[in-house]
Amino acid sequence: MQIYLPIAEVSVNAFLLLGLGGLVGVLSGMFGVGGGFLMTPLLFFIGIPPAVAVATEANQIVASSFSGVLAHFKRKTVDLRMGTVLLIGGLIGAALGVLVFNYLKAQGQVDLLVKLCYVIFLGVIGGLMFLESLNAIRNTKKGKAPPRKKHNWIHGLPFKMRFRVSGLYISVIPPLLVGVAVGILAAIMGVGGGFIMVPAMIYLLGMPTKVVVGTSLFQIIFVTAFTTMLHATTNYTVDIVLAVLLLVGGVIGAQIGARIGVKMKAEQLRILLAMMVLGVCGKLAMDLLLQPSELYSLGAAGGH
Amino acid sequence: MRALLFALTLLLAQPALAEEIVLGLSSDQVSINTNFDGSEILIFGAVKREEPAPDEPRLQVIVTVAGPSDPVTVRRKEKRFGIWVNVDAVEVDHAPSFYAVSTSTLLGLSLSETEDQRHSVSIPRAIRSVGAPMNITDSESFSQALIRIKSASNQYQLNEGTVSVDEQTLFRTAIELPAALTEGDYKTRIFLTRGGDVVAKYETSIFVRKVGMERWLFRMSRENAFFYGLMSLAIAIAAGWGASAVFTALRR
Repeated sequence: MQIYLPIAEVSVNAFLLLGLGGLVGVLSGMFGVGGGFLMTPLLFFIGIPPAVAVATEANQIVASSFSGVLAHFKRKTVDLRMGTVLLIGGLIGAALGVLVFNYLKAQGQVDLLVKLCYVIFLGVIGGLMFLESLNAIRNTKKGKAPPRKKHNWIHGLPFKMRFRVSGLYISVIPPLLVGVAVGILAAIMGVGGGFIMVPAMIYLLGMPTKVVVGTSLFQIIFVTAFTTMLHATTNYTVDIVLAVLLLVGGVIGAQIGARIGVKMKAEQLRILLAMMVLGVCGKLAMDLLLQPSELYSLGAAGGH
Repeated sequence: MRALLFALTLLLAQPALAEEIVLGLSSDQVSINTNFDGSEILIFGAVKREEPAPDEPRLQVIVTVAGPSDPVTVRRKEKRFGIWVNVDAVEVDHAPSFYAVSTSTLLGLSLSETEDQRHSVSIPRAIRSVGAPMNITDSESFSQALIRIKSASNQYQLNEGTVSVDEQTLFRTAIELPAALTEGDYKTRIFLTRGGDVVAKYETSIFVRKVGMERWLFRMSRENAFFYGLMSLAIAIAAGWGASAVFTALRR
C-alpha cells in the first residue's frame, strides 16, 4: 500500500515503513537504545530527504523513549536529579545543534557532516563496546569477577552535587557537558543519543548500570521533543504521517525486543549491539571513501 | 538573432495555415490524496481548419507538461582529504519540478533548432541556467547532471513517438505523472508543426493539488508550525503511553 507523505513529498510503501519501525523497535527494546542511529540511515536509503528524515526521527524517538521510561518509572530506576542536569545540558546542545544544522544546510555540507558524525561516533563506540564485551566474555569464562570502579579525575572537579538514586557525589560539570554533546548530536543526526549517553554515564560518570537506561531515556524524551519543535518551526521538516507509521511499528517492536532481551546474557547483547553498530559504521564509511556512482546532487537553492 | 529573423521571414512568407487546436483533457485536476501513487493524464484533441490539410510537410504534434519551476542548486562531489565532499555548486535559476515532452515523431524531426529556442520545448531548453560562478568552467555538465538525475526518477521525460495522430486531424497521448509530485499549476502546451516550424500553439494548465488530510497537514505545518509540532509530540507521547499500557495489560 503506497502512502504519499505530505511533507517529504514522496510516495512510499506503508508496510515497508511499519516493518522498518518494527525491526528497529525490536533492536532498541533488546539493547536499550533509541534506534535512531539505525533508522535515520535506513530512511535516507529509501529516499526520504535527509532533512525530513532527521527531523521526523526525533519525533519518533519521543514515542519510543516515553514508552520505555514508563517501565523504568515503575521499577524506580530513573535518577530524576541526574536526568535534570543532563537535560539542561541537552537543551543547550540541541539549540546549538539546530543552528549548526541550518548553517551547514545552506553550505551544502549537511550530508557530509551527518555522515562523518555517524562514522566517527559509531566507529568509536562500536569498537570500544566490542572490545569491552569481548573481555567480559573471556573473564566470565575464566571465572574472574569484573574489576571494581575507581576514583578518577572527574571526582576532583568543583560544584559537587549529591545524586541519591545513583549513589553518587560528583561535580555537575561532567553531566552538563555530556548533556550538551548529546544535545548537539541529537539535533544534527536525528538521534536520541542513547548509544553515546549510555556508555558515557557508565564509564565517565560511574553511574550504576541499572539506573543508566531509565535516566538516559528520561532526558532523551525532552531533548528530542525540543529538537522536534525546533525543526518543525524553523525548517518545517517534521512529517507527521511518516512519524506515525514508524512509531506504530516501533513501539510494538520495542515491547517484543524487550522480551527477547531478557532471555539473553548482558555480554552477548552488548557484543551483538557492537557488531551492528560497526556494520552501520562500515557501510557509511565506504560511501565516503569509495567514488560515488553519481557525483552530482540536487538541492533547494540558497538554503532556507 | 539572425536565426530568429530568418524564422520570422519564413513565417511571414508562407501563407498562414489556418489551423487551430481544440483540446480535451481526461482531467484538468490531479488530486494528491494519502494513497496517491502517480497518475496518468490523457491529453487529446483535434485540429480545426478552414481548408483541406496540405499533404506535405506532414503535421506533427508536440505536447509538453511542465511543473512549477524553482531554482535548484546542483552540487558536485570531489575527493578531498581522502573522502568525497561537495565542492562546486551551480545554481540553475529555473528548473521545472516535472517536465515531459511527448512527440509524434523524433523531436529533432518535428521541431527545428530555432523554433526550439523560441518556445523552449526540449528538456535542455526548458531549464535555464545563467551565471555559474567564475571558478567553474564546465557549467554545462551541471545542467546535464540535473537532467540525468531528474530523468532517472522519471521526473523529466522525453517520450518520442508517443503522440498518435490520425488523418492529420485527431491526436492523443498519455502522460505518466510520477508518485513524487509537487503541488502547483502544470503548464501544458501543444504545438502543431510542419516541416519543423510551429504552425499553431495552445496553452492550458493542469492543477495538481494536495487534497483532504494531505492538504490539511501540509498547510498546518507551514501556517501553524508551533501547533503542528505540538500535535506531533502529542501523538508520539500517546503512542508511547498506549503501547506500554497495552503490553502491561497483556502481561497480566
